[in-house]
Amino acid sequence: MGIGIRLENLRKVYDTPPPSAARGAGFSFTPMRSGAPKEKKKKFEVVALDGVSLEMRPGEVFGLLGPNGAGKSTAIGVLTTRTRPTSGRAFIGDFDIWREQVKAKRLIGVVAQRPNLDFALTAREVLLFHGAYFGQNARERARRTGELLEQFKLTDRADHMVRTFSGGMMQRLSIARAMMHDPEILFLDEPSAGLDPQTRLLLWEIIRGYNKLGKTIVLTTHYMDEADTLSHRLAIIDHGKIIAQGTPQELKASIPGGYLLRLRFDRVTEELMAELKKLPGVTEVRSADHIAADVYADRGGPLIASIVNTAQAAAIELRDVHISEPSLENLFLHHTGRSLRD
Amino acid sequence: MNWKTFYALLSRDGHVARRNLLPMLVQNLLQPMLLTFVFGRVLTTSGMMQGSYKSVLLPGIMAISMVLAGVQAVAMPLIAEFQFTREIEDRLLAPMEIGWLAVEKIVAGMIQALVAGLVVIPAAWLTLGRGVNLNFEHPLEFVAVCLLVAFFSSVGGLALGCSVGQTQIGLMFSLVLAPMMMFGCAYYPWSALRAFPVLQYAVLINPLVYASEGLRGTLTHVEHMNTWIVIAVLASVNVLLLALGLKKFHGKAVS
Repeated sequence: MGIGIRLENLRKVYDTPPPSAARGAGFSFTPMRSGAPKEKKKKFEVVALDGVSLEMRPGEVFGLLGPNGAGKSTAIGVLTTRTRPTSGRAFIGDFDIWREQVKAKRLIGVVAQRPNLDFALTAREVLLFHGAYFGQNARERARRTGELLEQFKLTDRADHMVRTFSGGMMQRLSIARAMMHDPEILFLDEPSAGLDPQTRLLLWEIIRGYNKLGKTIVLTTHYMDEADTLSHRLAIIDHGKIIAQGTPQELKASIPGGYLLRLRFDRVTEELMAELKKLPGVTEVRSADHIAADVYADRGGPLIASIVNTAQAAAIELRDVHISEPSLENLFLHHTGRSLRD
Repeated sequence: MNWKTFYALLSRDGHVARRNLLPMLVQNLLQPMLLTFVFGRVLTTSGMMQGSYKSVLLPGIMAISMVLAGVQAVAMPLIAEFQFTREIEDRLLAPMEIGWLAVEKIVAGMIQALVAGLVVIPAAWLTLGRGVNLNFEHPLEFVAVCLLVAFFSSVGGLALGCSVGQTQIGLMFSLVLAPMMMFGCAYYPWSALRAFPVLQYAVLINPLVYASEGLRGTLTHVEHMNTWIVIAVLASVNVLLLALGLKKFHGKAVS
């Protein structure tokens, strides 16, 4: 069982700022109408998705990893019927998401990046009404609401107005609400942003548990560890394009060498780069500017001594060394030349 | 069309309205009652106005109450729910075409406008004291006008609510609603504008004129506009506003 998702050459160009940047992180696009020079009167245009094709298999946890503004939330928006694709198509199971919205909506549960709970209701009512929207009968609604409140440790606040809740409680309730109608696919957009470590672990446990029921889970994150531990497969997205995809292991194995040594010198010369490249186990050396070099190698610490010697031989001072083990972070860096947190 | 979902959404709005019953009643009733008391009671009893003014005023007050109730019931929550909190998102994800959510909002607003209008009749009648001459000789026309006015208020609320941002709510009241009320022939019959020929024709773009005159025509014997014209104009305005409101709603709901 389980339902898969297919994206075919999906493109989304915003010609107006997305409404209230609802699904954007903490920033909003502001159209610069006044004061902008006349020749800059070009139409507002942001390419959020640039020909994305992906397949998310039934029953897997699929991670979309990328920095802020990469297009993750837009992808989720399209997959949840909330964003109209400019071109291309997306399917949930056999349903074209844009053309058969109602059928698609029945199959999905969505946790938005920021809690968008109904502030006019209590926690219990949020769940009860959500169940009612999906046609659950009164008894089923009450039973499921009780279960979810318990599971998400919200029972003692069940009859309080949602607007009095803390951020973490709202987030938990948002997830409970998304699960209320027992959807086949659960979308979580940056689910652990702003959660304390303990709640984060609880969240991971809940996601894994839901996945064990055969449900497909799609999550976006910019946390490496989250993508790494939770996802069966993941895609790395940047500037609206998929730059790599596969299992976390596959992806990590695709980084040349695996280890990344970020070195800083007082200067970097061509000769130094060439010498570094010759060291044992080194697969690639890159230099972004004239003082830093990134060395990809199959080992970390054992290389330091030879790097120091190489630098000394060239009369260059080594100022800083940072070794990172094979990780998605390195992968991202390798593909984009930027760190995820940039 | 998924009636279960539609009904659930409607009961959500009903539930929230019931929870806010008291503030809502005050909001919808206090201002018209004060107006009724000052204009209809103080000014007439003191002899500054003729007693027959009471019958002119009551339908106008009813029209204003209905329009304000509907606009506020639909526009204010919409403005808030479409803000950065996106409270409406869960309902947009309900298994139903999203246009029906707008229709649900219209129905909920209509109910509130009708309740507000019907509550005003006895309340104003009591406030005005003796001398109000109401007649219900045309019940079908009265019902038709009431429904059209309620629909106008609610669909107007939809169009406004999807066009106005949270920061412009004050502007919406002073720029749209206040002139509409003043030039809506609520406090005077349209025929009273005869002395101001330009104004008399200018106010015809204001739908509240037809609401006030329509209720005047179906509730009292005061001189009024032809009820069939009222019905035709209100119906056309409603169709236009519905098209505009749905378009704006889609624009706000889908990015």
